Amino acid sequence: MPPVVLTGEHYMTGDEAIAEGAIAAGCRFFGGYPITPATEVAERMAHRLPGVGGVFIQMEDEIAAMASIIGASCAGVKAMTSTSGPGFSLMMENLGLAAITETPCVVVNVQRAGPSTGLPTQGAQGDMMQARWGSHGDYSLIALAPSTAQEAFHETIRAFNLAEKYRVPVLVMTDEVVGHMSERVVIPEASKLNVIERVKARGRKDRYRPFEPGENGVPPMAAAGEGYCVHVTGLTHDERGYPVMTAECQESMQTRLFAKIERNLDDIALTRGFFLDDAEIVLVSYGVSVRTCRAAMEEARALGYKVGLLQLLTVWPFPEEAVRALAGRVKAFITVEINLGQISLEVERLAAGLAPCFLAGHCGGTLISPDAVVEAVKRALKPGGKQ
Amino acid sequence: MAQTAKKQDQTTGGFEHHPLDDLLRTDRIPHIWCPGCGIGPTFSATLRGILASGVDLGSTVMVSGIGCSGRAAGYVKLDSYHTTHGRAIPFATGMKLANPKLNVVVFSGDGDLFAIGGNHFIHAARRNMDLTVICVNNLNYGMTGGQAAATTPHMAKTTTTPKGNPERPFNLPLLAFAAGATFVARWTVLHGRDLMESVQAAMTRRGFSFIEVLAPCPINYGRRNKELPLVTLRNYQVNTIIKNEASPAELAASGSGPIVLGRFVDENRESFLSQYDKTYRPQLAPAGKE
Amino acid sequence: MNYWRVPLDAEVIPLTRGQVHVVEDRCKGCGYCIAYCPKKVLAPSEHYNKKGYHPPLVAKPADCVNCHYCESICPEFAIFSVEIPCSPDADRKDAA
Ligand code: SF4
Ligand code: SF4
Ligand code: SF4
Repeated sequence: MPPVVLTGEHYMTGDEAIAEGAIAAGCRFFGGYPITPATEVAERMAHRLPGVGGVFIQMEDEIAAMASIIGASCAGVKAMTSTSGPGFSLMMENLGLAAITETPCVVVNVQRAGPSTGLPTQGAQGDMMQARWGSHGDYSLIALAPSTAQEAFHETIRAFNLAEKYRVPVLVMTDEVVGHMSERVVIPEASKLNVIERVKARGRKDRYRPFEPGENGVPPMAAAGEGYCVHVTGLTHDERGYPVMTAECQESMQTRLFAKIERNLDDIALTRGFFLDDAEIVLVSYGVSVRTCRAAMEEARALGYKVGLLQLLTVWPFPEEAVRALAGRVKAFITVEINLGQISLEVERLAAGLAPCFLAGHCGGTLISPDAVVEAVKRALKPGGKQ
Repeated sequence: MAQTAKKQDQTTGGFEHHPLDDLLRTDRIPHIWCPGCGIGPTFSATLRGILASGVDLGSTVMVSGIGCSGRAAGYVKLDSYHTTHGRAIPFATGMKLANPKLNVVVFSGDGDLFAIGGNHFIHAARRNMDLTVICVNNLNYGMTGGQAAATTPHMAKTTTTPKGNPERPFNLPLLAFAAGATFVARWTVLHGRDLMESVQAAMTRRGFSFIEVLAPCPINYGRRNKELPLVTLRNYQVNTIIKNEASPAELAASGSGPIVLGRFVDENRESFLSQYDKTYRPQLAPAGKE
Repeated sequence: MNYWRVPLDAEVIPLTRGQVHVVEDRCKGCGYCIAYCPKKVLAPSEHYNKKGYHPPLVAKPADCVNCHYCESICPEFAIFSVEIPCSPDADRKDAA
């Protein structure tokens, strides 16, 4: 039988690294649907899961794929699906179900350029706001954005950990370039990996209330078949899980759904800083564009510009403090992302007028070149400079 | 005074324990269904069938979609999941595959299962997924006020077909059979015992079982089609014929001639789970219990 | 007795006796049980339950044959019958 954790050095794509991260994190159910450039995640799962006791099923569409992973998770099994733009749109309906029913699950979006069918085989980062707000209504969730195959492995594990810990859907927002690029991935020994399990329901079965918050505001979860006789609904519900159609119940439920994320930002919102100590210009980026920024930063520093980089490993909830803390002391922020301005709006909001904000972005289909970022740095430093 | 006395007569000494109360979330009864709604008797026969099958109730799950029938999951005292519109089957699929020990019953309406959820239905049937699907067919969308459904008879009146339905309805047993369901039955709410027995049979077999139940929606369908609830029931009584093993092609539920009821398909074909385990997880074989 | 279809052995099989119970406050007054009781045990009533519906009146309790049909057709879990253990010399004439 193949090992669960493929400890060792590998040469693999980001998509494959995501699949390996998922299996290492304990994912044992994958419901998928083929789509470029995410298909390789499903293919690897189809190949790997049965060997570790899991199940892979190719569903009839992405709506079904998303529904199936919520069902699997409610049966107590860590579950994932993967997709790209068009499929991501179809998943939005049940993403809301996962949010309101607080069902842990992981959804990978290997982004390609859109809208609609767009450029299926070419990367973009245009789904970032959809990731945050794509399903209807107000809700909170978590989205991570790996920039390398190695990060894809680790961030997928982190995605499962956060999903289970906070009973929330977690998105892994990668992109075609990271997904399809083969590079070195080092997989540690299983014992070195931090894998978190959901807090399970315990105690008297007749007293259990499926949505009564426990520690951190997260209710311990009972799976189907464990004897807790739960009722779970996508309607607004009280702590018993029973539908209650009142504004009061809506408020108490929603408030807690937001609070369990917001109160734990320190644990969730991960960033990495490069040369921030003396930076005058801070590049803010995530996913594949971080790689552009690292090259641009070197180039700019060689030219004498004090450029730093804030990498957002967590994009949602937005790592507000990280930007706020820099806003008072830098000359400008430049958000580098493959879209026409999505996360840049968040940066602008948090800079709150303390530092001018610029965007180095484009419509997708190719990477942003480091030169374009260096040019943006120069423009930002010009008095009255405009992107 | 006389009333109090009368009431005493009719009760079991104050506490009335209905035989299905143990399977109901009695704190949520009375349910939201309208007086005379056919979902109640369908639900009740389903519960009796589950009980009669002897399956372990602790590992029996009900999954519903959206609509009047979808509310059933909220009344059953089992692990129960009220999901999104049309998506009960893929949700149930994930649940069953994640824990094959569960007995998963999907209970939902015709609009949910066959319009918005039609794609999921045919694929679950094709896979012979290990599920029992019970469809309350009341010929329209009740919850939203009586719109035309994929099951509305030709020329029937609904709020969205004010001059009559120009479309042709699905023959649900034929659809299920053609898609690959290995157990197919159709009853009406009047046939509580047969329905109960079909549920019982479905619960104890592997693969995809489908049971259609003709049920009145007096408030939204009956009213617009000048059918009092007792008239609908009368129709189920006089205008039906039981023909087990009838060819699914002859089962169109509307048109001239009686509506055929019965157990039409009961076929042994390997279910998704046993196929998957055999092909992909031979290591689980001894424990590969469904 | 009103059968849909008269069973061939209707003459020889002794009928059981039942006691029918109405959970009045669950009833929504649809009348199905009244219409479909084969023994006409139930009848419309004048009085109201908590919700303002008329629950059925058990007009001829002794006639109940414990067929559970009312229980089966009731949409509300509001009516059910239980078997009355019949002693050998139970007055079957009365019941039938
Ligand atoms: S609208 Fe129709 S289907 Fe819905 S509860 Fe009322 S009678 Fe039943
Ligand atoms: S059990 Fe049968 S005979 Fe007795 S009241 Fe009910 S329907 Fe009538
Ligand atoms: S069938 Fe049930 S709800 Fe209808 S009148 Fe009889 S007891 Fe009441």
